[in-house]
Amino acid sequence: MTVDQLIDWFPISATWPGLTFLLAVLICAVPVFLFIAVYALVVIYGELKISSFMQDKVGPMGQGVGLHAWRWGLLQPIADALKLILKEDIIPAAADKKLFILAPFIVFIGAFIAFSALPFSQTLIIADMNIGVFYILAVSSLGVIGLIMAGWSSNNKWSLYGAMRSAAQIISYEIPVALSIIAVIMLTSTMSMQGIIQYQSGLIWGFLPNWLIFNNPFTFVAFFIFFISGIAECNRTPFDIPEAESELVAGAFTEYSGMRYAFFFLSEYANMFVVAGVAATAFLGGWQSPIPGLFNSPAWGLWWFMSKTMFLIFVMIWFRWTFPRLRVDQLMSVCWKGFTPIALVNIFGVGIWYLTLG
Amino acid sequence: MGVVQGDQMVLNIGPQHPSTHGVLRLKVATDGEIVSDIVPVIGYLHRCFEKHCENSTYEQVIPFTDRCDYIASMNNNFGYVVAMEDLMEIKVPERVEYIRVIMAELNRIASHLLALGVYGLDVGAFTPFLYMFRDRERILDIFELTCGARLLYNYMWVGGVSHDLPVGFVETVYNFLDYFEPKVQEYNDILTYNKIFIERTADVGVLLPEVAISFGVSGPNLRGSGVKWDIRKEEPYSIYERFDFDVPIGQGLVGTTGDCWDRFHVRMLEMIESTKIIRQALKDIPTNGDVHQALPKKIRPPKGSIYRRTESPRGDLGYYIISDGSPQPYRLKMRSPAFTALSVLNEISRGWMLSDVIAVLGSLDIVLGEIDR
Repeated sequence: MTVDQLIDWFPISATWPGLTFLLAVLICAVPVFLFIAVYALVVIYGELKISSFMQDKVGPMGQGVGLHAWRWGLLQPIADALKLILKEDIIPAAADKKLFILAPFIVFIGAFIAFSALPFSQTLIIADMNIGVFYILAVSSLGVIGLIMAGWSSNNKWSLYGAMRSAAQIISYEIPVALSIIAVIMLTSTMSMQGIIQYQSGLIWGFLPNWLIFNNPFTFVAFFIFFISGIAECNRTPFDIPEAESELVAGAFTEYSGMRYAFFFLSEYANMFVVAGVAATAFLGGWQSPIPGLFNSPAWGLWWFMSKTMFLIFVMIWFRWTFPRLRVDQLMSVCWKGFTPIALVNIFGVGIWYLTLG
Repeated sequence: MGVVQGDQMVLNIGPQHPSTHGVLRLKVATDGEIVSDIVPVIGYLHRCFEKHCENSTYEQVIPFTDRCDYIASMNNNFGYVVAMEDLMEIKVPERVEYIRVIMAELNRIASHLLALGVYGLDVGAFTPFLYMFRDRERILDIFELTCGARLLYNYMWVGGVSHDLPVGFVETVYNFLDYFEPKVQEYNDILTYNKIFIERTADVGVLLPEVAISFGVSGPNLRGSGVKWDIRKEEPYSIYERFDFDVPIGQGLVGTTGDCWDRFHVRMLEMIESTKIIRQALKDIPTNGDVHQALPKKIRPPKGSIYRRTESPRGDLGYYIISDGSPQPYRLKMRSPAFTALSVLNEISRGWMLSDVIAVLGSLDIVLGEIDR
């Protein structure tokens, strides 16, 4: 189901095209927002429990009274979210009020609108644009403007540090991300997300699913470059230097509290989903079943897409609770001296492979 | 390529900051990320302990020593009672000496576990911190079993200890050692030899031996620079000359000798040495004997003064006590190893980045309670 189909389906589309468009967008946007909220709660709970498992503790177990009391601490993320909503919303006296209020929404919008091009299954995509991947790469770096706004408007040195760091980091890591996606586009010769997935049907080497990660050695490398750079774009450990807690207190979010802080939090998790979703689409076959020909209905497609994405999110959580944090110059040298050259060579490699063996 | 010189920005790290290890304020002059000058501002935890001691009897001083270096209270008690016993020329029973050494070394392990775990936190690794706190907890349980307290023990008294060992103590400590020794490998796997951790700490904040000596840095920080200096070996107090243990020093295994990684690694090795000492002490400890035998009825040392130093987990901890023959000390001065460690911070982290200042500060393992007293 896409937004175009919705518009065609409306009986009023001929008479009031503008109103129809607005309605269709709303009908798509509200479920996506709800999905992000529910997904964030699930991943926050997952993060609590996975980190507890890794750290030899039990995590939320449902003791005490109120929301915490439910079985296995399942309501803990809801209690957390309620706490954030109920907390006092403080705007520092010296802050630039307009920018301060606007910043969390800009950060969130960057992550939110990227969802419109994510193919959840064969039929479930809001808009299958012919520039799908390009669109996601473009809008997901919108968040950096919000982060700089947050850092600048807070009028706090820690926030400024965090904002400048994240600007440098996100813009730098855009390059390896884009270059590794180019390797994919060269093979699929389409930028449409559904087109990329359709390319990956069938078998390769006789036994492996024809996912791009298995297509050739260069795309195999490209997957890791994409995924690791994606983690850097989400500001997750080991690349969480913009909000490095032990150095910058909370980076760009230092002055934020309550609901505004919750929005930053939500966008971080939404960004993780976008990165994992694009990685699953471009390299792991998206909604394609791992056994070609079996379990390939749209409902199974949703299952495969979600499980691949959730697995990659699990890997991000796993990283976070294992690694220390890099320093800001080391982060840059990994990007400019490591990933970018390798990704460039990769493009040539894919081209040569395609010409000689493809 | 020329260097761009921007205006300097003064950044206040602390007193409320996640990684100043207490209430320390650092006035940091920065140019972008590069730090050009660091001025530590101390005194936020000043509680006038040395002045308080002048108005307390000698027994009442011991709880104050607990609260100085609250991470290693046993070692602080130990330093004070060793000085007092030398001043009063008391000989304590064998059993007491063994108990004290076991407690001091257990506390050294606990203190190093905290230092290493929190250092992991400083460079962004959360999980090792919880691993080390989990194991530190077992040591605190042993202390609780012995004297009822988990942090501030007031355990070692002049001429004895407050409580005799509980039933089953030796087995409990053996169990702990059997559990703990393999865990060191776990710490090494998750943190010490982690590539990112090495990137962050190797070659950073190199403390040259001559700089360390001229600033009076001692303990693991000095040994990290490759100087073999340990009061337990150089000026053996209590019964330390009976035990066979090594003094690990930094060798620059992954970087330069004296970098943050070396200081970290020396602490890791020292924990293993401490387990060796504890094992020997558990083997030789007399099975019975009165732990209060040498306890004086009233502490009234003869006129005179004494300076005695011991090896606390942070280094050379000295007590200077002047007695005028009354039941209260005329003057009591502590030489704090953490204070000298903090004083070297500007010297070794100038010119590095903001993140490195936090890493260097963490590697020096300061305790503000001891610096401010």
